[in-house]
Amino acid sequence: MTLIPGRTSKQGTSLNAGKLKAEYLEVTSTVEMNEDDMKKMKLKDGDRVRLRSPEGEVVVTCRPKKASDLPSGIIFMAYGPSSSELMGSDTAGSGMPLSKQIEVRVEAVGAGEEG
Amino acid sequence: MSDKDNMTDNGTNTETSAAAKADAKAAPGAASGAAPGAAPKNGGDHIKIVKNATCTFCGCVCDDMDLTVDLKEKRITKAKNACVLGRAWFAEHTIEDRPAALIDGREASVEEAVEEAARILLEARYPITYGLSDSTCEAQRVAVAISDIVKGSVDTTTSVCHGPSGIAFQGVGETTSTLGEVKNRADLVIYWGGNPAESHPRHFTRYAVTPKGMHIPNGKKDRTVVLVDVRKTPSAPVSDIFIQVKPGRDFELLWTLRALVNGKKITADVEELTGVARETLDDLVARMKSCSYGVLFFGMGLTMTRGRHFNSGAVLALAADLNQYAPFVAKPVRGHGNVTGADNVVSWQTGYPFGVNFNRGFPRFNPGEFTTVDVLARGEADAALVIATDPASNFPKKAIETLRRIPVISLDTKPTETSRLARVAFSVATYGINTGGTVYRMDDVPITLRPAFESPYPGDEEILTAIRDKILALRPPRQDAAADRAAP
Ligand code: SF4
Repeated sequence: MTLIPGRTSKQGTSLNAGKLKAEYLEVTSTVEMNEDDMKKMKLKDGDRVRLRSPEGEVVVTCRPKKASDLPSGIIFMAYGPSSSELMGSDTAGSGMPLSKQIEVRVEAVGAGEEG
Repeated sequence: MSDKDNMTDNGTNTETSAAAKADAKAAPGAASGAAPGAAPKNGGDHIKIVKNATCTFCGCVCDDMDLTVDLKEKRITKAKNACVLGRAWFAEHTIEDRPAALIDGREASVEEAVEEAARILLEARYPITYGLSDSTCEAQRVAVAISDIVKGSVDTTTSVCHGPSGIAFQGVGETTSTLGEVKNRADLVIYWGGNPAESHPRHFTRYAVTPKGMHIPNGKKDRTVVLVDVRKTPSAPVSDIFIQVKPGRDFELLWTLRALVNGKKITADVEELTGVARETLDDLVARMKSCSYGVLFFGMGLTMTRGRHFNSGAVLALAADLNQYAPFVAKPVRGHGNVTGADNVVSWQTGYPFGVNFNRGFPRFNPGEFTTVDVLARGEADAALVIATDPASNFPKKAIETLRRIPVISLDTKPTETSRLARVAFSVATYGINTGGTVYRMDDVPITLRPAFESPYPGDEEILTAIRDKILALRPPRQDAAADRAAP
C-alpha cells in the first residue's frame, strides 16, 4: 500500500502543546485506511497494524475512512516519529526524500504479539 | 496589511488599547486568572491588548490578531481572529519552567552553553546549520554568517518542503502575485496537492476563497474553486470541483492540461493513466482559458512525491502558458511562519535559496549534495546547529542516526526529540509572541512582528549573535577573508 503522511489540524494543535506530550504521540501513530481494504484484511476500527517499508517498521492504530474519501491502496497518517521510521533517505539529488509516497506492507498485529 | 502607525522602527513596540487602560483604572486587580477566551472587560492593569499582532504558526502569517495578554501570568488568554491552529499557537506558548541552557542534559549558564556551541562549530570539519523557518529574518541572517565563518553548510526546512519548487523556479521561472491580488481579482482558484483546511485554515477565509475583493464583489459566489488531490481531504467541501488524481500521476495530469491548453492532441488513455476523465479535463481547461484571473496554489502533494521539482515545474509552466488567455499565477503554499523569509534571507546573503555550502570559502548550491537529509544520511556532517525545527522526529531514520552520533546544538521553544539528543540545548523565546523582528508571508510580503509579552529566555537572534561573536573570538587569527566580511 502507499502511505501518505500529511498534516492534520490535530497534529498541528497538539504540536503546539509539545511534541513529547501524549496527544501528539497519539495523533502521529494512527493511520487511516479505506474501509473496504480494512474489511478485506479483517480489521476493525482501533485495531493495531504493522507497517513495513524497506527502511523499518512501526505498529500503529488503524481507523476506517469511506472509500470515496480515501481510495483503496492508500493509507494516511499525520507526520511524526512513525512516518520518519518508514521514510527512505534517498532524495534523488533533490534534497527531498519521498515523504508523501512511501510503499509499505500492512499486516494485522495479533493480540499479545506487541512486545 | 498591518497599519504601521503604532510601531517603532524595529517594530517591537506594542499597543495598549485605551479601553483596556480605562478598564484597568475602574477595577484594578480584578480577574487575574482570566479564563482562556474571557474578555478583558474588568481586567486589571496586567491585562494588555495587542492589536494587529501576527500569528507565525503557518505561512499565512495573519497579521490581524487582537491578543489579550495576561502580563502577570505571562500568557495570551484570547486571540481574536485566530484559527484553531493559531489559537493553539498562542495559548500553548506560555513560559515554562526550564533551564535556559543544557549541556549534556545538565543545567548550564547561557554563557557556558554559548562557549561550548562555538567550540563545537569551530572544531568540526563539516558543521551544518539547519532549520530557521520558525525564526525571524534577523536571526536567519546571523545563522548564515555563522555557516560562512565556520565554512559549513546552511540549509533550511525548505529543502524538505518546497525545495523542489525552489529548483523549479530556477528552471522555469515564476508567474507570481501577492495574496492581496488574489483576494481582489482571482475568479478561478485551483488548489493542487494541498489541504489548507487543516494546514492553513485561514487561507480560504482571509485571502483566496471567501473574502470580497475589488473585482470580486460577492466573495466566494464570484469564484470557482477547484481542488486536485489524491484523497478527499477536509478541504474538499470548500471546492466547487474536486478532481481526484491517481497517486504519483500529478505530472502526467499537469502535462496533459498543458497539451490541451496549447491545442495539442492527447491520447485516449489519459483517464487510465491519471484517473481523471477527459470531460473533466476539457471542462477545467475551458474554465482556465476563460477566467479573468486565475491562480494555482500548489502544496507538498506535488513536491514530496514522485516527480518532485518536475511537478512544481509543470505547475509553473502551466500557469505561464495560461497567460496567453488571462492573467494566471502559480504560488506554492508555504508551511512554516517564516520559511519564505528563510528563502529570501539565504538568497540575498548567498545567492541561493537553500542547500548552500561554504566549504571553499564561497557559496555553492547543490540540492542532493548540501541539503541536510543527504548530508546526514551519508554521515558526512560532524556537527549540527539546529534552529527551531525537530529533524530528530521528522527526518528519515538514517539521517536521525547521524544526528545521534554527532554533537548537536539546538535552539527551540519547547523540548523536542532533537533538543533531547543535543549536546547543547537552548530554550529560546517564541518569535512573534516574545520577540519582534521580520517575517515573510508566503507571498514574499515582509511583516513586522508585535510581541505580546517578555520571555525570560533570550531569542534566537540573541543566542546566535553570541555564538557568532564567540566563534570570532575563539578562532585562530586571520583564518580567511570571508569570515572577516561576516564580522560585525
Ligand atoms: S491561518 Fe495560519 S497564520 Fe493565520 S491564524 Fe491560522 S495558523 Fe495563524
